[in-house]
Amino acid sequence: MDPVRKRTKDLSKSVDSAHLAPFPDEVLEKVLSLVKSHKDRSSVSLVCKDWYNADRWSRSKIFIGNCYSVSPEIVARRFPNIRSVTLKGKPRFSDFNLVPQNWGADIHSWLVVFAQVYPFLEELRLKRMVVSDESLEFLANSFPGFKVLSLLSCDGFSTDGLKAIATHCKNLTELDIQENGIDDLGGGWLSCFPETFVSLEVLNFASLNSDVTFDALERLVSRCKALRVLKVNKHISLEQIQKLLLRAPQLMEVGTGSFQQELVPRQFAELETAFGSCKNLHTLSGLWEASSVYLPVIYPACANLTYLNLSYATLQSDELSKLLPNCSNLRRLWVLDTVEDKGLEAVGSSCPLLEELRVFPADPFDQDMVHGVTESGFVAVSSGCRKLHYVLYFCRQMTNAAVATIVKNCPDFTHFRLCIMNPGQADYLTNDPMDEAFGAVVKTCTKLQRLAVSGLLTDKTFEYIGKYAKNLETLSVAFAGSSDRGMQSVMEGCPKLRKLEIRDCPFGNEALLSGLDKYESMRSLWMSACNLTMNGCRQLAKNMPRLNVEVIKDEESDDSEADKVYVYRSVVGPRRDAPPFVLTL
Amino acid sequence: MSLPLQEHDYIGLSEVSPKGNSDINERSISKGLNLKATELRLGLPGSESPEREDVNLYGLNSLVSSGAKRVFSDTLNGGSEVDLVKNGGLFSPRSAEKVVEKKPQSSAAKAQVVGWPPIRSFRKNTMAISPPKNDNNADAKSGSSCIYVKVSMDGAPYLRKIDLTMYDSYSELSLGLKKMFSCFTIGQCGSHVIPARDKQSEGLLMDFLSGSEFVLTYEDKDGDWMLVGDVPWDMFIETCKRIRIMKSSDAVGLAPKGIEKCRDGN
Repeated sequence: MDPVRKRTKDLSKSVDSAHLAPFPDEVLEKVLSLVKSHKDRSSVSLVCKDWYNADRWSRSKIFIGNCYSVSPEIVARRFPNIRSVTLKGKPRFSDFNLVPQNWGADIHSWLVVFAQVYPFLEELRLKRMVVSDESLEFLANSFPGFKVLSLLSCDGFSTDGLKAIATHCKNLTELDIQENGIDDLGGGWLSCFPETFVSLEVLNFASLNSDVTFDALERLVSRCKALRVLKVNKHISLEQIQKLLLRAPQLMEVGTGSFQQELVPRQFAELETAFGSCKNLHTLSGLWEASSVYLPVIYPACANLTYLNLSYATLQSDELSKLLPNCSNLRRLWVLDTVEDKGLEAVGSSCPLLEELRVFPADPFDQDMVHGVTESGFVAVSSGCRKLHYVLYFCRQMTNAAVATIVKNCPDFTHFRLCIMNPGQADYLTNDPMDEAFGAVVKTCTKLQRLAVSGLLTDKTFEYIGKYAKNLETLSVAFAGSSDRGMQSVMEGCPKLRKLEIRDCPFGNEALLSGLDKYESMRSLWMSACNLTMNGCRQLAKNMPRLNVEVIKDEESDDSEADKVYVYRSVVGPRRDAPPFVLTL
Repeated sequence: MSLPLQEHDYIGLSEVSPKGNSDINERSISKGLNLKATELRLGLPGSESPEREDVNLYGLNSLVSSGAKRVFSDTLNGGSEVDLVKNGGLFSPRSAEKVVEKKPQSSAAKAQVVGWPPIRSFRKNTMAISPPKNDNNADAKSGSSCIYVKVSMDGAPYLRKIDLTMYDSYSELSLGLKKMFSCFTIGQCGSHVIPARDKQSEGLLMDFLSGSEFVLTYEDKDGDWMLVGDVPWDMFIETCKRIRIMKSSDAVGLAPKGIEKCRDGN
């Protein structure tokens, strides 16, 4: 094994506390290494100096929720033996184009430090970071034992960077490329894995757009006997996925390619057999353009499925109703709203073990209510799936009464994300604001950790949230509230709040400043298109020196207005890589 | 298909049905909130502001009046055709100036607030490429092509889509539309919106549609708004692009002959 540097303890010095023999470092470190969660690890390190040091030396995984809250140098100084790094960069609203290009969160400076301090780095998981091809190449060449690369919602690289990874990372076990803004210059990267390379366990290139050489993929899958996750992109046909499944019946998670190919009966039967032979398959996704004609090929695998992602298949209600009775073991289901309320009724009746449901809009920008789900679908799911605790629901109409019924049926919600797509829309039956809906959610769901609100909302909603949401950690607000009082209620309540993101709400400086006592215990605050001014932000910055108060300037707006404000705690002060349009106050 | 700005010399209205706010309007006026007085209107000083339903939701009105300076303002795409009416009337004074020249036009002009609804780019781009399945399915099933047109009704909160090939005549179409939109007309009576289930309300509904309250109009291939019933049925289904159930009071300037025809025909 690789040498682990230890610090020898001078036992004679600690004789003062003679009632307890000092705990040998080795034992303490061994015990603490069993503590996996980074939050627990943090707590451990606060107990006493010995424990802080034990944690320091034994910590091998680090999670940094905001890359600007700390510097790579500080991380390197404190933790000498890191093997796995998880880093998150841009504010979440950058996913929705609210953060301009070149804002920051570049991974490179981190990699440079890691190359010096952690030559044995094995895992890098990045979310919303900027990653260039140069960085990927640098990574591939700096860490000989590198195993896991996971890039989610990142941007700045191209498939050339992936070529470097495939070529040089001889011990790679995981390559997970999801939903990144990348330049797809072709699928040749996959062919860069050498023929001697056999260690791959996870391969996800579902969101890459260009064709890979199927031959190379088939050979890769054949020789990587430990492969357990394979998610291919749209260009892989049904016939091809069948071949891949035959090569790797041990697969646990499969993302298929396109389902649109024309099949003769023999091919259909072969596909059915292939799916049936995957005895360990518990997760199925992809299913691009799947229709009722060929969807039944997956039926043999459905009984064991716990996670089914149909969010790229424009299924109608009857198609879903036929499929779901085969999937009684589902815990997680993602669908498009083309399945409509009737489809959701089928969910309620066929999947009693369901814990997570996400319903995405097929046509989010079409304001004509041609397709979609309503409150009835949601109610139907809640009444059949009592274990539901995570929901993301896009709809065009909702009522307070329906939400009250839903949370009565499922009081264990931990994540409640409701998006009524027309901003500021009232309860469509009573024309009341949706205050009581979210009031019911926070009053009933005491375990609620994450909440996203929508619809016509007054300050009352936020009074409810502040008063009742004791475990709330993440809150997303858009087009809501009537006055500063709304945000103030949240800042005065919600003891566990960590992330608050607000857009297009009438909250001003007074609201911002009401959170003075809170921001240091939070990861970050985002406010855009609200009523903040530069003076208000300056005041915040002045009073709280350990916060970075960043204003993203919009060219068109007034000098005194603060259009986009991002506030976060940091131990390293203002960032030095801020672009000209970001002012740190 | 996006149409150029068109001068409608008989109706100055936008073709968009205001979203379900006529009910709110009635109720809020009765509660003493005179929204119309505080309504922010489109239009340069001196120009004729189109008569339309008040679409300011009461909550959002207070939003605007309480000084939410930039509700939507910095998020409206300055360059695209912005459909403010579809947005439910949300706009600040600043953005009203910006977009005053642009009238909401064809159905292709969709309101897009930056980053709303909150869908990630990958999903947005992916779904944009795949066309909605419904039409394809229908094609496959029926063997012949369906003619889908959108039907809007003044005062209804949302539009419906119908397949014109499902009907053989104007009376069938008229009946079909009545059934579809019955719930909204009952709402217009002043009571809250309920689907017309009992015979009594059906009767009321029939009177409504066949009386002077509403007329059926449609937009043809040339972009002109015509009264339904003027041309032979076969020609109608070939040229009709969308249908609008319009209040008679607004259908001023359409061929009077047509109005008579409509009234008698239904």
